[in-house]
Amino acid sequence: MTSLPKPRGRLSDAVLLALRELPEQPVERIDAEPESDDDAAITLWTLHELHYRGFDEVDDRAEWEPELLRVRRRLEERLEAALRERWPGVPDGLDLQRDFFDWVADHDGPSIARHVHTAATRDQVLDLLRVRSVYHLKEADPTTWVVPRLPVGPKAALVELQFDEYGVGDPARLHAVLFAQGMEASGLRADYAAYVDEAPAEILEQNNALSMFGLQRRLRASALGHLAAFEATSSMPSRRMAQGLDRLGFPAEMAAYYTEHVEADAVHEQTALRDICVALVAEEPVLEADVWFGAWACLDLEDRTARRLLSGWGVAA
Amino acid sequence: MTRPATRPDVVMCPGGPMLLRGDHVVVDDDGVSHATTRPVSAVCRCGKSASKPWCDGTHKVLPPKLRP
Repeated sequence: MTSLPKPRGRLSDAVLLALRELPEQPVERIDAEPESDDDAAITLWTLHELHYRGFDEVDDRAEWEPELLRVRRRLEERLEAALRERWPGVPDGLDLQRDFFDWVADHDGPSIARHVHTAATRDQVLDLLRVRSVYHLKEADPTTWVVPRLPVGPKAALVELQFDEYGVGDPARLHAVLFAQGMEASGLRADYAAYVDEAPAEILEQNNALSMFGLQRRLRASALGHLAAFEATSSMPSRRMAQGLDRLGFPAEMAAYYTEHVEADAVHEQTALRDICVALVAEEPVLEADVWFGAWACLDLEDRTARRLLSGWGVAA
Repeated sequence: MTRPATRPDVVMCPGGPMLLRGDHVVVDDDGVSHATTRPVSAVCRCGKSASKPWCDGTHKVLPPKLRP
């Protein structure tokens, strides 16, 4: 049961209205510019969501409505352009297989996990869990779009990784389900997208970039670079998160989600890099720049989220 | 289509863990048995993991000469 989010400006207003009026009213041309990053981000998130689970009050045919696809494309171009403008480019003289983990480790961004580990209050962690749930309740799904777009080696390796994300065939072990169980045990709502209206633009942009990389075949290698960087920045922060949740007396189910990621992602970071990204670039060398771009985007977008949340809590980032 | 390369069951990651594909039972330093639970498992080789026998990524914060 997913409801449409609240609008955050002229563009989201127009798109949400058009979605509600389908199929009785055809969608008229929507030329409104986004009023703000929030307006752009919630609109793109909503349009992407039509490709995942849809919304209770929206006709399923909205997914392939040409005018809505045009708006989606315009917003994806805006998001990609902003990322490419910030991107310093492919790092000089680095070998993807040999140097990737050190390159990630050298990236010195603000850390939410470190704050949760030692200093965060219970309310700050509840804030964090609510906005992180926008992604964790569909964890791994955006990367699954990439599967049919890959040559056999990276394809088999990606499915092997995703199989673990999806609980090795056991619904109770799906990572998204582990997170939902932790949310419920913590007294939070675990239904899909329940807290999207609380998510700042930075959180929505993280989700939107993942969906864009997954949905656009042109950006398949960026989806996989993003995956490699995401996994490579997960094991140790997940340990800190689990210890911080214990410190604050959160239920064991919530810490268990993070504990699972300590070991799972120590595996996934290896296979995402070696068997997926390096193997893909070996077959299609032209894609290497896109792998680095996606990896950088993952780190950049997390930095922006961390700065936004930490400054909202009055903590120096 | 070229025949895909044979997939290894055991992989030594430079500076990192040993990957094990499939179901195995790993006996740790204290003689305790640990069954694998996932399609691929990472066994600690640096000796510093807090989740031994499994890797927890700690090797990445060691100086390069202390990594496996």
